[in-house]
Amino acid sequence: MPFLEVNDLLVHYPVRGGIFNRKQRVVKAVDGVHLAIEQGQTYGLVGESGSGKTTTGRAIIGLSPITSGSVLFQGRDIARSGTRMPPAVRRDIQMIFQDPYSSLNPKKRVLDIVAEPLRNFEKLSAQEEKRRVRQLLEQVGLSAESIYKYPHEFSGGQRQRIGIARAIALKPKLIIADEPVSALDVSVQAQVLNFMKDIQKELQLTYLLISHDLGIIKHMCNFIGIMYKGRYVEQGTTADIFENPQHIYTKRLLSAIPDLDPSKREKLAKLRGAVNAEYEQFHGSYFDDEGLAHPLKAITKTHSAALP
Amino acid sequence: MNEELLRIDRLTTSFRIADDYYAAVDEVTLSVGTNEIVAIVGESGSGKSALAYSIMGLHTRARIEGSIYYKGQDIASLPLSKLNKLRGKEIGMIFQDPQSALNPLMTVGDQIEEVLLLHRPELARKERRRRVIELLTKVGIPRPEHATGLFPHELSGGMRQRVVIAIAVANEPKLLIADEPTTALDVTIQLQILDLIRKLKNESGAGIILITHDLGVVAEMADRVAVMYAGQIVEIADIYTLLAGARHPYTRSLLQSIPAAGEAQSRLHVIQGIVPSLQHLPREGCRFRSRIPWIDESAHEAEPKLHEVAPGHFVRCTCHSDFHFPVHKEDDRHHAIS
Repeated sequence: MPFLEVNDLLVHYPVRGGIFNRKQRVVKAVDGVHLAIEQGQTYGLVGESGSGKTTTGRAIIGLSPITSGSVLFQGRDIARSGTRMPPAVRRDIQMIFQDPYSSLNPKKRVLDIVAEPLRNFEKLSAQEEKRRVRQLLEQVGLSAESIYKYPHEFSGGQRQRIGIARAIALKPKLIIADEPVSALDVSVQAQVLNFMKDIQKELQLTYLLISHDLGIIKHMCNFIGIMYKGRYVEQGTTADIFENPQHIYTKRLLSAIPDLDPSKREKLAKLRGAVNAEYEQFHGSYFDDEGLAHPLKAITKTHSAALP
Repeated sequence: MNEELLRIDRLTTSFRIADDYYAAVDEVTLSVGTNEIVAIVGESGSGKSALAYSIMGLHTRARIEGSIYYKGQDIASLPLSKLNKLRGKEIGMIFQDPQSALNPLMTVGDQIEEVLLLHRPELARKERRRRVIELLTKVGIPRPEHATGLFPHELSGGMRQRVVIAIAVANEPKLLIADEPTTALDVTIQLQILDLIRKLKNESGAGIILITHDLGVVAEMADRVAVMYAGQIVEIADIYTLLAGARHPYTRSLLQSIPAAGEAQSRLHVIQGIVPSLQHLPREGCRFRSRIPWIDESAHEAEPKLHEVAPGHFVRCTCHSDFHFPVHKEDDRHHAIS
């Protein structure tokens, strides 16, 4: 049994309009996603803007309404529509947000920010709470005196670590990290990524990492799913995706990654030209009439792609 | 040899905070030739955008010292009326965020026409219309006749950036300043925009200053690279030298901290400490000193200068010659200062 299993997830938003405010059409933000994550692994969800990767992450944690489908966390359906997520599960799944500038309340002290999940789930004395928060801050590499400071007194990387301290306060099992470093400079990015790897080991965490940056995905993940317009186009292990991509969309995405070796410029230009030509030529057979991907077909035990 | 188009000579741009001026760009000297892409790389707070805005004369309250020679003429001291004849015509700028660079209340066609109207009033209305279509075609917008009537919100991010580029190149500038032109875009769109910029350069032979934090973009585009840290250029070299034989500790650290798509999983290098803010910047000695505390103080120069270590390759301070990464890596999160 996988640790987290998502089956046929649909998140559709009605678009209303006209004088009677009737449903005119439906935006299919997520349209039939299946994924399974094993404990202790990092699963990368990749896609361009509008691919539905963030909505998938938010639907799993219950921040976006699910139209249909199931989310099984340790075998238990946590996302049945109309019911609230059981509190015990809520503790176990936490989220790290993209923008450390808007995800921390500027009016609150670090103590209150990091202690918020503790206050919701555990009854601690003020003394005990402070001790825990200090401990958490030390765990993320911030000094214990920071508890009386406000978010604006920290740099971007430090703020992101406050966000992480908050996320790990309840010792969760699964963390959904939505573009956790895209707002940060490369050197700070490195710090946060290293740190995420460290606490993963320490706390036995499972990550669902949502990112558009394939360099980061390759660095962090064991398993990767690639989304396009709400559907999966390919999924597999990191090696499957990077060394043996099958879908034309995946190939195009991979070839677009900037290369750090300037002597490869001409070779890359040729490769990209070829990949683009293939994309144009076979677009009709790889995508259906609406421009959406076909259902996934298994290639190997770990690797599947939406092949025609 | 390309001919020199722009020469920035000891440019210092200072901003007023409380009652003092603090230099965000500190004695920067740099030249750009025709048909050349010079990349300026740095993290936030390095002064790279402040430098671009200084060249364009877009700072309204900054104190600017030093000179900016465009084709031999010092444009830093030019009155606004004369500067306005240059920018938008001879010097074009591509802004980072196409969302805020475009006027939401004007159609795409009108916005492009506006720059033509300002700088080439002799063009007849019909001519201008024709030129707008030509530009939209050039930047790869499908159905250009239809696109002229659209408002920015009706276009996707990539298409908007194409419009911004069409405006920047409308009057065939000789110098193009691109400030993070692809930061807001997806990788496949980024590739298309970079291709477009490269194509425009090859056609017109313009010089380009490309400002970015993304070393991947630099490796794909640049002929020469200047790395900035805390307002100063710390290293300049051609692209091959910089990526294969970087000398300055900052450049080397940056290169080590990228999760490159081509490499196996390992720990990334973390630069210790944080970028000091403008007011708290150490103005004496090597500015990178506090971030490499394991290097002996005596390795630094008292007044770090740019040294030419090989033809065309300049490195600031002497600390690069003894530089090594820390031998045993302690847990780097305990180095954070707060």
